[in-house]
Amino acid sequence: MSLLRVDDVVVQFGGVTAVNHASFEVEPGTVTGLIGPNGAGKTTCFNVITGLQAPTSGRVLLDGHDITKAPVHRRARRGIGRTFQRLEAFGSLTVWDNVRTALDIHDGFRGLFKSVDGSADQEVEQLLERVGISEYADERADSVPTGVARLLELARALACDPRLLLLDEPSSGLDEVETVAFGRLLVELAGEGRTVLMVEHDMDLVMTVCEVIHVLDFGSIIAQGSPAQIRVDPVVQRAYLGFTDQTAGGAHAATASDIDDTKVLAP
Amino acid sequence: MSEFISYTLIGIFTGAAYAIAASGLVLTYSTTRVFNIAHGAVGMFFAFVYWDFSQKQGMPAWLALIVVLLLVAPAFGVFVQRVLVRDLGNAPVGVSLVVTVGILIGLIGAATQIWPAAGRQVPQFFDGHLIKIGSDVVITWHEVITVVLSAVVAFALFVLLTRTRIGTAMRASVDNPDLLRLYGGRPQLVAALAWAVGTSLAALAGILLTPVIGLQYYDLTLLVISAYAAAMLGKLTSLPMTYVGAMALGLAQSYVVGYLQYIPFGNDITGLPAVIPTVFLVVVLVLLPQAPLRIGQVKGLVSAPVPSFGKAGIWGGSLVLLSMLLAFGLADSDLLLVGTAATYGIVMLSLVLLTGYGGHVSLAQFTFAGVGAVAYSRFDQPNLIGLLLATLVAAAVGAIVAIPVLRLTGLYLALATLGFAQLMDKLVFQTSIAYNIGNPLSAERLSILGLKFSGTGEYTVLMTVFLVLIAVAVIAVRRGRLGRMLVAARDSQAACGTLGLDLRWMRIGLFAASAGIAGLGGALYAGLRGTTVSADFMYFQSLLLLAMAVIWGVTSVTGAVLGGIFMMYLPVAQSDHPSIAGLLFVLLGVGAVIVGRDPNGLANKLFGFNAWVMDRLYPMLAERYPGMALLARGEGSALPASGSVLDVEDPAESAQEEVERDVAVAR
Repeated sequence: MSLLRVDDVVVQFGGVTAVNHASFEVEPGTVTGLIGPNGAGKTTCFNVITGLQAPTSGRVLLDGHDITKAPVHRRARRGIGRTFQRLEAFGSLTVWDNVRTALDIHDGFRGLFKSVDGSADQEVEQLLERVGISEYADERADSVPTGVARLLELARALACDPRLLLLDEPSSGLDEVETVAFGRLLVELAGEGRTVLMVEHDMDLVMTVCEVIHVLDFGSIIAQGSPAQIRVDPVVQRAYLGFTDQTAGGAHAATASDIDDTKVLAP
Repeated sequence: MSEFISYTLIGIFTGAAYAIAASGLVLTYSTTRVFNIAHGAVGMFFAFVYWDFSQKQGMPAWLALIVVLLLVAPAFGVFVQRVLVRDLGNAPVGVSLVVTVGILIGLIGAATQIWPAAGRQVPQFFDGHLIKIGSDVVITWHEVITVVLSAVVAFALFVLLTRTRIGTAMRASVDNPDLLRLYGGRPQLVAALAWAVGTSLAALAGILLTPVIGLQYYDLTLLVISAYAAAMLGKLTSLPMTYVGAMALGLAQSYVVGYLQYIPFGNDITGLPAVIPTVFLVVVLVLLPQAPLRIGQVKGLVSAPVPSFGKAGIWGGSLVLLSMLLAFGLADSDLLLVGTAATYGIVMLSLVLLTGYGGHVSLAQFTFAGVGAVAYSRFDQPNLIGLLLATLVAAAVGAIVAIPVLRLTGLYLALATLGFAQLMDKLVFQTSIAYNIGNPLSAERLSILGLKFSGTGEYTVLMTVFLVLIAVAVIAVRRGRLGRMLVAARDSQAACGTLGLDLRWMRIGLFAASAGIAGLGGALYAGLRGTTVSADFMYFQSLLLLAMAVIWGVTSVTGAVLGGIFMMYLPVAQSDHPSIAGLLFVLLGVGAVIVGRDPNGLANKLFGFNAWVMDRLYPMLAERYPGMALLARGEGSALPASGSVLDVEDPAESAQEEVERDVAVAR
């Protein structure tokens, strides 16, 4: 059974339909990509899944349970963690305190004992080390570079030990070397049994680490499949490039480099 | 039947006046995103101006009206927008609230200064002219004119917003001022115009209502609650719904006034009509759909450094020692003032927790203190149990206030607390539940484990001890898990929610804790004075407290203690110099407007001073006078050679210095 099922979700903002009858599933233990041009409704989907945005209609199921009406914090307790496209780090706290706060929230009263024996501190250090931002531990979160803040949000989400991790453009702000390391980390997380659903514009990253990709355009899922399938899907090319290779006059099959161009269109 | 028609007509008149006020509020809020809590105070002030022109100076009423509405009030509105609240639209809600609270206090101060309390009458328009409908229904020309004016205002606003260029720009400004600027619009001009019109409408509403409400400082100021309640029906943006809300409110109020006598116990709650707007407001707020968690990065705030326990202990101990010295040296009457300062310090600590750390603004802290005082007096247990019970009752009341407004955020919560303060004042404090008007409640001083603190000196020392203990507790909270969570919840609600924090319970707990502290302060105060009256806990006190707290620094314990002292000194100074009593309010208001943008206040400047001396002054002197012994010291401490220490705007720098400045604790 799939871990997450988004079922026929519609979100309307006034006259604008941001998500239009979108349905997709995410299998446990995978890294799944959610891609699409800007304004396709990807972040709105994330907001619906985490409960920050109530859908106009449709359902969200986690592990078979309907969580459409559950408040944000209860979904988190059920194991959904996320990062944000527009950063939501606790700017007045240090990087270390950011992660520690997440851990405290997750642990509740148990955390009191962890504070006493120092294991909470250890956990924070491990998390920072894992995402590779230990050197920023004592800096205020609103003063670190964007890439670091994104990794901080990841560490913070991991502190709550999520089953399903939603990452919203996690690699923007990272350089190439960091992106590669980040991709390895994602695969590692999936290896631990966590499920990752990722909105991402870096097609190299998506094509390398994702096992399944869902493509969203104008609020609807227009394609889903493996990276190889998505790469050659004419519908996807039309959504991204505005034309298929037929209309462009070329008889070549679409290649990864075609899709790479989308980075220019959707930075 | 004719009775019903009469009440309906009066209701329509009241509703029409509310509609005028509310549409002004909507206009200013929707174009600039600054909620003017002084909207009612503006109406009050210009009602006085109108009185001055028409009654004192002898201008004809129509001329006075024109001068006030088309000249003085718009000019004042433009001044407020250009100078006082400019660019506040993007600031945290707390900041714009504090600034407009400052304006409110300043206006009340100015009014009391220029027009000292006296019996004044503002006659109705065409006083004495009546229209008879049927046999015994009578309406005045004044009422007819009010309804007509309200319709004219509605029509004029409609034409302005939909048929003129500037009106279109106003509507565009609501959506996106930056985009408007890119397209060649001028948001600042639009904002100034909105405030000019809004202020003028507040003035008109004030002038129209004065013959009914009376020309008073405090009652007219609360017109903002009526206007706000009406405007909330249109979610502060829709003018038609605002008119509907205003009419519904006017009618409700009129019917309650008319039929109260038929309700059982109606005669016991004569304060009810005055709080109908508040009740209406609470109902609307509760019925509104739940506000979603705010998404969008809020820049981290730079807070005053948090002292270590050692330092806090040393300073706290010194404070207790000082109070002991004072207890020996001062007369009882002066000691009462010291005790009062300690009370205010404790109540301010409740604000440090709620506003400084938690980011919620409450305009009802003195109400919670009042609850504590009344509970302590009523329980009549002058010992720790009585004190604890009083604290718990206040905390429970705080939790109850937080529950209905749980679903709301910042602005709505703050205004709901203002409404609550008025509600408690009229329905509890001034009735037989607590104090009847002019009927003081007496309370005995505390005894702990059989040890009775009956002397004023001993009791003052005891209060100082309580102040220090609560201060240390507040610091402990800030340094610990809870404090981090409070700051985190202030910085990003969305992140806290998605990490699994139930923000509703957090908010209830925070309100309860804060109200409990305020209640404890109130209970101790009741013991100190021996008797308390309802006026001790009037809503206006809470506004003064907020302004004072922000000026001295609502993010630090030091700010609370300093603020407490000056809060105590304010009425003393006013009775010593009655000729400038109002001016002192103005000063306080101006202070809140100036300092309000940096909630760390003056206390934080003090913390910076030490580092400034070490990092800047010593090296500078050492450089200029190389031969002096200063050199060694200067070199030693000038290592980081960091930038401006007093510049609290730079977060990175302040974070670095936080450790250094830890040294400069709770003074």
